[in-house]
Amino acid sequence: MAIEQDVLVIGGGLAGATAAISAARTGADVRLVSSKQPTLRHASGLIDVLGYTPDGEGPLADPFAALSDLPEGHPYERVGRDAVEAGLALFDEIVGNTYEGNHTERNALIPTQGGRVKPTARYPASVSAGLASDERDALLVGFERLAGFDASLSAARLNATGVPFTARGAAVEFPELSSADPKVTRFAQLLDRDEGVDAGRGVRREVTERVTTHMDGEDRVGFPAVLGDDHPEEVRADLESHLGAAVFEIPMGPPSLPGLRLEDRLYDALDEAGVRIETGNPVVGYESKSRGNGVETVLVDRTGSTVPYGAEQFVLATGGLVGKGIESDRSGVEEPIFDCHVAHPSDRYDWFADDAFGDHRFARFGVDPDRELRPRDAHGKIEFDNLRAAGAVLGNYDFAAEKSGSGVSLATGSHAGRLAGENT
Amino acid sequence: MSDADSPDDRGVPDGERGDANEDFEPVEVFPEGDLDLRSGADSCYKCSTCDTNCPVAEVDDEFPGPKFQGPEQWRLKRKEDSEIDPSIMDCSNCMRCDDACPADVPLSQMHNEARAEYVDGQMSKFSVEYWRNRVLANYRKGAWLGSKVPRLTNALANNGPLRKLGEKLFGLTAEREFPEFATETFREWWEERGGAATSKKRAREARADRGGADVQSEDKRVAYFHGCYANYNTPEVAKAMVRVFEHFGYEVAVPEQGCSGTPMFANGMLDDARRDAETNVSNFSDLIDEGYDVICSCTSCSMSLRQEYPELFTFEGTADVAAHTYEALEYLRIHEDLRGALDEAEVGGEGEELAYHAPCHARNQGLDRQAVELFRDLDGVGVEDVGDSCSGISGTYGWKAEKYDTSMAIGEEMFAEMADADGETGMTECPTCAMQMEHGTGYEIRHPLELLEDALVAD
Ligand SMILES: Cc1cc2nc3c(=O)[nH]c(=O)nc-3n(C[C@H](O)[C@H](O)[C@H](O)COP(=O)(O)OP(=O)(O)OC[C@H]3O[C@@H](n4cnc5c(N)ncnc54)[C@H](O)[C@@H]3O)c2cc1C
Ligand code: SF4
Ligand code: SF4
Repeated sequence: MAIEQDVLVIGGGLAGATAAISAARTGADVRLVSSKQPTLRHASGLIDVLGYTPDGEGPLADPFAALSDLPEGHPYERVGRDAVEAGLALFDEIVGNTYEGNHTERNALIPTQGGRVKPTARYPASVSAGLASDERDALLVGFERLAGFDASLSAARLNATGVPFTARGAAVEFPELSSADPKVTRFAQLLDRDEGVDAGRGVRREVTERVTTHMDGEDRVGFPAVLGDDHPEEVRADLESHLGAAVFEIPMGPPSLPGLRLEDRLYDALDEAGVRIETGNPVVGYESKSRGNGVETVLVDRTGSTVPYGAEQFVLATGGLVGKGIESDRSGVEEPIFDCHVAHPSDRYDWFADDAFGDHRFARFGVDPDRELRPRDAHGKIEFDNLRAAGAVLGNYDFAAEKSGSGVSLATGSHAGRLAGENT
Repeated sequence: MSDADSPDDRGVPDGERGDANEDFEPVEVFPEGDLDLRSGADSCYKCSTCDTNCPVAEVDDEFPGPKFQGPEQWRLKRKEDSEIDPSIMDCSNCMRCDDACPADVPLSQMHNEARAEYVDGQMSKFSVEYWRNRVLANYRKGAWLGSKVPRLTNALANNGPLRKLGEKLFGLTAEREFPEFATETFREWWEERGGAATSKKRAREARADRGGADVQSEDKRVAYFHGCYANYNTPEVAKAMVRVFEHFGYEVAVPEQGCSGTPMFANGMLDDARRDAETNVSNFSDLIDEGYDVICSCTSCSMSLRQEYPELFTFEGTADVAAHTYEALEYLRIHEDLRGALDEAEVGGEGEELAYHAPCHARNQGLDRQAVELFRDLDGVGVEDVGDSCSGISGTYGWKAEKYDTSMAIGEEMFAEMADADGETGMTECPTCAMQMEHGTGYEIRHPLELLEDALVAD
């Protein structure tokens, strides 16, 4: 067989990318296979470690202090504090100065598009002038026809949360757009290219001219996170110099440009680490070793034909219900590739809580690993010697409620990747 | 809903609330279609990821984007007796949106259906646009004629004033030079060389050279789908394909074939596509029964046979052809130790730096990284990926006068990356991407198979 590696990582999200880079750093020859674009494009680009305890206490000022109280089986409990720190350290190295927050173990508070404040561990540099702990007054600017951000409403809500500054909102028409429903990427691209409005005056200048009329002595101005895709630093620097004020981005819902930019950076880092990457085709099954309980190959579906990929060690980082690493239908919940055990109540009505924001059992569905992240069966026995799981495919935590999604992916991804690499 | 928002909101993203409404009666919406696309439309949860991947929407804010063209238009059609929105013709059929959708909505299939309905029902059969599109889509017919008198055709096609006239009367952009016709087509060369019998002999010799067991092999057989372009315009690519496969001991067959259909899908000419597809499926599935796999050297052709045929047609053998079709490099990577062979090989001459562009239709098959990965270890060349933008030409799209500017605006990112790359030669698997690369930068463009031939097949 021709496609053969030391380590094969399945899934190209935050967990898979981190696993592949960690494994490559042990000297292993690594391939990453992913079917679709990762959920990074949906995520805000904020890297949360732990914002709330599983019991809903928070926002937490220090996520690390809360780690030791997590219940048995929680991914952080499985890998331990060192792995959480190692995951963040790897992330800091990959993103360099495009992210901030690594100067402290404490959570930062970031204003969100809806005018609330969210605790997070790492945030894009483009967001940093917007911190809620900053005392400078802020003007929030929305763009007409960009759905999802109402600057006045956000500002009013923000003031109501008791932030130590005053926020005001304003909306301006974005130049050069004719569509009634322009895509976020279109805003970003017009700013990237700074195309001419009138001779000599580009979009960046024109936007700031329109914003200036609304300013009332504020030292910082917040925009929805559409300020450039390929050249965000340059766009922001230009806006700052035209406005004479600090400029920050407010994280937005999907599709998210900070998420897209992070995705680009991760894939560059994969390239630099020498990881072989294939995206576009799903893994659909596996073959076991003829002896022992190991995985010999996984089967990749290439638009109709099935191709085996061999490796010594495998990492499963296929995401949760959104990423399609865990699937559910009326009869049950499963991990579709290896059929790893996923504990779930047999009665479907126990998967949900009646209250929409209640404690939904399904949010914690996922595989249940040992401390080396090897999935275990219903009796606690390791399912395969050479398979580890990382990221949202793991169970026993609720990333949306705890605000722990990216932190778990980084901690478990780097841990699983390192162990996989060391075992080749 | 976004997780960026609302810490007090202990829910999950909408996409996770998987309470599908299951009992539905399929409603026929695009009446001509044989397809029920209802479930596809239902699984769209409006995340707009597809829209962020659409190269046309990125540069043209009049274009409503893939989400509108697919699931939204589908729903509109269901409610009222509304017409298909003409913007469907601005989609370039790059199929990037397909690959992007986390919910597996069959976007390009929906677009192909809608476009066919638009062309059938709403486009005037007397309009210049219709006939121009039809001629572009049926490139092969024109090429067949042109290739009979290649020198004359080349001279006429690139005559400046004539090109201007073409733009005025026929809506073909005068900005582009027509691709040159080869003085000898690939098929002429192939017949001259002795066809399948010669190939069989050469493959046997190669197997004998490599020693032993494989000499009797009956399963090293491939049927080549060369498509139109490699036959009429770049036979050197097709010849490289033949020589490389024979080098690895494969017997090559070259059955009678029509166009893969890609340009016809993109222009909504499903009936034209169906005719050629029927020939292709029938001829190639016969060979599959004899143990052949189907190999393409153009990634739009392999995409078409693998994905679009089963989505759009139901001829006997369609699924079989799809399951046995591969892109040339991909096939060798799976069945041969290509990495090992390239580790030992080198290309002569001075070091060459190639700027590689992955065509959208390679990306959609998960093949966008393989050329860079493979040639990374080959002595004597450097291959640099020029990024993930679309080249912008999308087959016939960039030839239309009214689309030319959009096409070049999309390509701009790639041109800039190419200019930044070391070296002045480009590389890609797609013949029209190659045209665009050349047009935008003046670089000479090669196909990975030509590089493979240089590295592995000693003269
Ligand atoms: C809308 C939304 C907003 C979020 N916001 C935040 C936030 O603000 N802060 C935060 O910290 N976290 C946030 N998260 C959570 C965070 O993004 C995820 O927890 C984390 O990124 C999960 O990473 P992952 O690598 O485990 O999975 P994913 O990113 O889901 O990646 C899984 C990958 O595996 C691939 N895959 C799946 N099945 C197969 C297969 N069979 N074969 C091959 N490949 C396969 C998928 O295509 C995908 O690329 C958000 C998540 C969502 C959905
Ligand atoms: S096929 Fe390409 S151009 Fe057409 S809608 Fe999809 S992404 Fe856009
Ligand atoms: S990516 Fe898929 S689910 Fe998202 S809007 Fe587009 S079609 Fe709908």
